[in-house]
Amino acid sequence: MRREPFFWITVSCGLVIMAFIIIPLIQLITAPSLEMLKETVQDKNVVRSIWLSMYTAGLAALISFVLGTPLAYLLARSDFRGKRLVEGIIDLPIAIPHPVVGIAILSVAGRNHWFGQLLGELGIRVMGSVTGIVTVLTFVGIPFYLNATKAGFEAISPRLEKVSRSLGASMFSTFTRITFPLARRSMLIGIIMCCARAISEFGAVVIVAYHPMIAPVLIYERFEAYGLRYSQPVAVWLVSISLILFLLLRILTLHKVEEE
Amino acid sequence: MITIRGLNIDLREFQLRNINLEIRENEFFILMGPTGAGKTVLLEAIAGLVPIKTGEIYIGDRHVTGLPPEKRDISIVYQDYALFPHLTVMDNITYGLHFHKIDKREARERLAQLLDVLNLSHLQQRLPANLSGGEKQRVSVARALMVNPRVLLLDEPLSALDPGFREEVRGSLKRLHRTSSVTFLMVTHDFAEALSLAGRAAVMNEGRIEQVGSIQDIFQRPSSTFVADFVGMKNLFASNFKDTRAVVQGLEVELGREAANRRGYIAIRPEDIVISRDALTSSMRNSFRGVVIGMLDQGFYYEVHVRAGNLTFKSLITKRSVFELELQEGNDVFLSFKSAAVHTF
Repeated sequence: MRREPFFWITVSCGLVIMAFIIIPLIQLITAPSLEMLKETVQDKNVVRSIWLSMYTAGLAALISFVLGTPLAYLLARSDFRGKRLVEGIIDLPIAIPHPVVGIAILSVAGRNHWFGQLLGELGIRVMGSVTGIVTVLTFVGIPFYLNATKAGFEAISPRLEKVSRSLGASMFSTFTRITFPLARRSMLIGIIMCCARAISEFGAVVIVAYHPMIAPVLIYERFEAYGLRYSQPVAVWLVSISLILFLLLRILTLHKVEEE
Repeated sequence: MITIRGLNIDLREFQLRNINLEIRENEFFILMGPTGAGKTVLLEAIAGLVPIKTGEIYIGDRHVTGLPPEKRDISIVYQDYALFPHLTVMDNITYGLHFHKIDKREARERLAQLLDVLNLSHLQQRLPANLSGGEKQRVSVARALMVNPRVLLLDEPLSALDPGFREEVRGSLKRLHRTSSVTFLMVTHDFAEALSLAGRAAVMNEGRIEQVGSIQDIFQRPSSTFVADFVGMKNLFASNFKDTRAVVQGLEVELGREAANRRGYIAIRPEDIVISRDALTSSMRNSFRGVVIGMLDQGFYYEVHVRAGNLTFKSLITKRSVFELELQEGNDVFLSFKSAAVHTF
């Protein structure tokens, strides 16, 4: 069959985009020699920063999961005045420039604000601490969790919950036995998106906490101080480890969903 | 059994106004009405699934208006089955047992009986995604009855099914109703379905109840133009009543009895009107001369429109009769009907 010109336009645009995304990444991954990669992974600073990136992002996702799930459910199931506004506010962190996020958080958590003073009295430090990093990462990551999970809840017919209630289950039992298992996949996608967003954050973190150093900040520092060649191996390790983790998570859960 | 008093509901899309209804123990009661009449809302109000504005609902002698759905002793079956997709047929059916204190042996017996009556034994380990529509609805009914509710609420349970399955599920429902002490309350927009299942019924329109009564009563003695039209009384004319006759735009129709009011409506079912080429010498008291002005093919039947005076009568006759009468548009014919076939209100 002869294809129309339009078909070839769509294909060539697709190829350009694929190349645009893949070529720099391949270049990045193949640039450092194996020896340099090995040397980098033995560097305690590198290991520490990648580990810090991983677990702060994980904590951000955990906080999003605990606090965000009920809100996502509320937004999916009920209609109230100002719902659009709430949804708009949730999307704000996506739109705000990253350094601005950092500045905004510092202006509340800093010493010049009563909230910052209160935190200080409680012994909680945001500036230059793991707490600060997790705060920033949750701020930028939670919209992704909320939106994915809300879509998941919306896809579940409210009738399933109604039937469950009529069969004697309380609201809570209905949520744990019906809604939660059915939304699990969307929640997991939300967690992965939230983590991915958190791991990639640089601009907001660098303002709140240059030290302790997360991987993107370390990569930036090495680039500034020693140049491209020295930042590449760290980047390769960060990208590979994140990709493998996400892949594993997806395979594990998709597999489970299909079994059911 | 179910008593509803002064029920008003205000949802955005639907409103129910001043619903009063009495449903008896162990009856098969049907709520009828066109789409959007508020039938499902009323059903869900009984189940406690929609907020009500004013009014009271009793199930048995319990006042349930303020109770959550799980405390009302009801079960619900939806048109789209609403099976839990992540649970097997067996786990779906026994879902309610987690929340009810039912004796183990009793539960096992009921399960065996439901699997048998609804012919589900061979499907126990399947997931809902691998079932046909009829099978899904049978599972849904079994799940609802497994907890031995006082009331089974059915929301258009047959509407989404293919005709073959519909017949089969309808049969199951009838059997289950006969052999259990559960009160069945079913919503449908299909009058024929209601006729084959119900003892008593109510017709709803625009959030109100138009008529309540035995299904035969509603069928034969509709109390309003809306109900008459809904139950298929296609010949519906405003008329004045005089002695035992109705005068409809100059045409005098013999009723064989005196009407209750001076003005009102007469209604005649299309299948009660006979069409012939010559004047009939029969016991039928009403016979008019008319002209065939339209013939609509309806499968086994034709709906024949006959103009008599200023009125258009609709008659349902078999294709065979149309063939035998050599009926065509423009033919002069006689239309006849018994006085008992004329309903007044």
